[in-house]
Amino acid sequence: MINAGAFVYSTGGHPAVSRQDPLVRHIRTHDMFRFLFSRLGLLIPTFFGVTLVAFSFIRLLPGDPLDLLAGERGIDPERKAQLMAQMGFDRPLWEQYLDYLLNIFQGDLGTSFASKKPVLDEFLTLFPATAELALCAIIIAVCLGIPAGIFAAVKRGSVADQAIMGTALVGYSMPIFWWGLLLIILFSGILQWTPVSGRISLMFFFPQVTGFMLIDSLLSGEKGAFLSAVRHLILPSVVLATIPLAVIARQTRSAMLEVLGEDYVRTARAKGLPPFRVIGFHALRNALIPVITTIGLQVGVLLAGAILTETIFSWPGIGKWLVDSISRRDYFVVQGGLLLIAGIIMLVNLIVDLLYGLINPRIRHN
Amino acid sequence: MTKNASAAAATQDTLEQESRNATKAMLLEFWYYFSQNKGAVLGLAVFVLLVLVALFAPLVAPHDPDVQYRDSFLVPPVWLEGGKAAFLLGTDAVGRDILSRLIFGARFSLFIGIVVVTIALVGGIVIGLVAGYMRGFVDTFIMRVMDIILAFPSLLLALVLVAILGPGLMNAMIAIAIVLQPHFVRLTRAAVLSERSRDYVVAAKVAGAGHFRLMFKTILPNCLAPLIVQATLSFSNAILDAAALGFLGMGAQPPTPEWGTMLAEAREFILRAWWVVTFPGLAILITVLAINLVGDGLRDALDPKLKRS
Repeated sequence: MINAGAFVYSTGGHPAVSRQDPLVRHIRTHDMFRFLFSRLGLLIPTFFGVTLVAFSFIRLLPGDPLDLLAGERGIDPERKAQLMAQMGFDRPLWEQYLDYLLNIFQGDLGTSFASKKPVLDEFLTLFPATAELALCAIIIAVCLGIPAGIFAAVKRGSVADQAIMGTALVGYSMPIFWWGLLLIILFSGILQWTPVSGRISLMFFFPQVTGFMLIDSLLSGEKGAFLSAVRHLILPSVVLATIPLAVIARQTRSAMLEVLGEDYVRTARAKGLPPFRVIGFHALRNALIPVITTIGLQVGVLLAGAILTETIFSWPGIGKWLVDSISRRDYFVVQGGLLLIAGIIMLVNLIVDLLYGLINPRIRHN
Repeated sequence: MTKNASAAAATQDTLEQESRNATKAMLLEFWYYFSQNKGAVLGLAVFVLLVLVALFAPLVAPHDPDVQYRDSFLVPPVWLEGGKAAFLLGTDAVGRDILSRLIFGARFSLFIGIVVVTIALVGGIVIGLVAGYMRGFVDTFIMRVMDIILAFPSLLLALVLVAILGPGLMNAMIAIAIVLQPHFVRLTRAAVLSERSRDYVVAAKVAGAGHFRLMFKTILPNCLAPLIVQATLSFSNAILDAAALGFLGMGAQPPTPEWGTMLAEAREFILRAWWVVTFPGLAILITVLAINLVGDGLRDALDPKLKRS
C-alpha cells in the first residue's frame, strides 16, 4: 500500500495516469480521510478546551457574576439568591458546565446584558462587517505581497530587493493603531478624501441582503452608494492588511529563493523555457505551498487586528463589539465572542491543514 | 600514581583551554555573520542607544514627564510656528513635554519587553522540555493546552485576561507572557524531539546522567538558537501588544508615560495637533523595527537553516 501510494505521488507529473486507476484513486481517498480524521481527532479536545476557557472566564472574574452584572448600584441579597438560583449559578460547577455545553450545541450562547438580545444573533449581525473588512485586507495583502516577494527573490540583492524587504520589515513592525491614526490625519484631515468612521454615509439607506456593504450598495442601485462604501472601506482595510502583507511578502521571497535553487528549476531553465514560465509556473507552484499556510495563519492576525482597526475607525464589527463589551462588562458577550472567534480560527486552520495535505502528499503520510 | 594524576590534570587543562578557545571562535564566527548584515548592526546600535536613554532618563530628559506647564497647552514642535525652544517635540493637551514623556516611556517599553520575554521564555522552555522529554500523556496534554491558547487571537486573549486580572501594566505583562508562551513551548519541544535520540544524549544517559541533567545541561544548550531568535521577535511583539493594550485602555493607566497610553490620550486631538499622536507611535515603530532588525540578523547568524537569503 505504501508502495502504491509512493507510485501515485511519484507520477504527480502525469496526473492523468494516476487519476484513472480505480485502485490508486481508492487509496488516495482513503488516505485523505485518514488525514481528515487525524486532524479532527486533534481538533475535538482543543474545542472542548476552548469551551472550558470560555466557561471559566465569567467564573474567574473577581467578584461573582451577579455583582458584576448589577454594577455599582448593588443588589438586594434576597433578590440575588433568587437570581443566582434562576441562572443556575448555585449548582455544582460540573453541572453548570454540562448545561453550558448543551446550550452551545443548541446555538444558545447567552444573552447580551446591554441589548437583551441573544449573543449569537448579535454576532451574526455584526460578523459580515468584520468579514468584509478582513477579506478586503487579505485580498490586498495577497495581491501585493506575493508579486512583491517574487520580484524581490528574482532580483535578489538588488536595490529593489532591499527596498521591498526594508518596507516589509517596517510594515511588520508597525503599531497598526498608530498607522490608522496617521492615515486618518493625512487622508481624512488634510486631504479630506475619506470619511473618518463608519461603513457608509448616513444619507444612504437600503436593506441588508448579504451584509457586505460593497455588494449591498451595488444591489440597492442608489447612486453614489457603492462609491461611499468603497471610500469608507479603503483606509481600514489598508491598515488591517499591513502586517499580513509584510508577512506574505517575506514568506514568498524566502520560499521562492529556496525553490529557485532546486534542480527542477535549473532543468526548466536548461530546457530553454522563457524566464516568465520558469518563475511563474515551475517555481511559483511549489513556492506557494508554505505561502498558503502563512495566509491561513493570518486569520488570527486579522481578527486580532480587527479589534484595533475597528476601534479606530468605529467600524461596527465583532472586534469593536468585543472591546466595547469588555469595557461595558457585558461578560456573556465576551464569553460567547471568545468561543465563536476561537471556533472560526480553528475551522480555518483545519481547512488550511486539509488544503496543505491535498497539495503536499508528504504531509498526509506523516 | 602522581605522574598519572599530573598527566590527567594537564589533559584536563588542555581540554578546558580548547573548549574556551572553541567558545571564543564560535562567538567570533557569530559576530562575523551578524556584522555581515548591516541592518542588524544598525538595529543593534539603535537598541543600545534606547537602552542608554532609558537608563539615564532622568539625566537626559529636559523636563519632569508629569509636570504640567499651564501656559503651554498643545505647543507645536520647535521647528513649527508657535513652537518653544523649551519643548523640542511640543507639549500635549495638559502641557506636559512630549520629548520627556517619550524618554521616560522608553523605560516602560524595554521593561515590558524584558519581563514578558523572561516569563514566556523560562516558562516555555521548562514546559517544552518536559513535553519533549517525557512524551506520552504529559506531552499530549501540554500540547493540547498550547493549542487551546493558540486558538485565540493573541490580543483578544490578552484583553480578556486583563479583564480577569484587572487593568494595569503588571497584569498586561502577565497576560502577554501567557499568550506568547506557546511559541516557546512548541519550539523547545520540537528541538528536544530532534535532539533526544542523538548519540551524545544517549552517551550521557549511559554514563548515568539524571533526568534533570539530561534535560537542562545536555539537551537544552543545543536547542538555544531558535529560542534566541524567537525571544527577540517576542520582545518586539510584547512591546507592540502592551502598547495596543495601553491604547485600548487596558494596559498602563494614565498618567504613566507609556507610549500606547500616550497615544490613547492623544486620540481626540488627531485633527488639531498631529504631533501629539505622531511621536509616541514613531517611538514604538523605531523600537520595534530596531529589535526586529536585530532578530533577522540573529537568525541569519545563528540558524543557517532559517536563512532569509
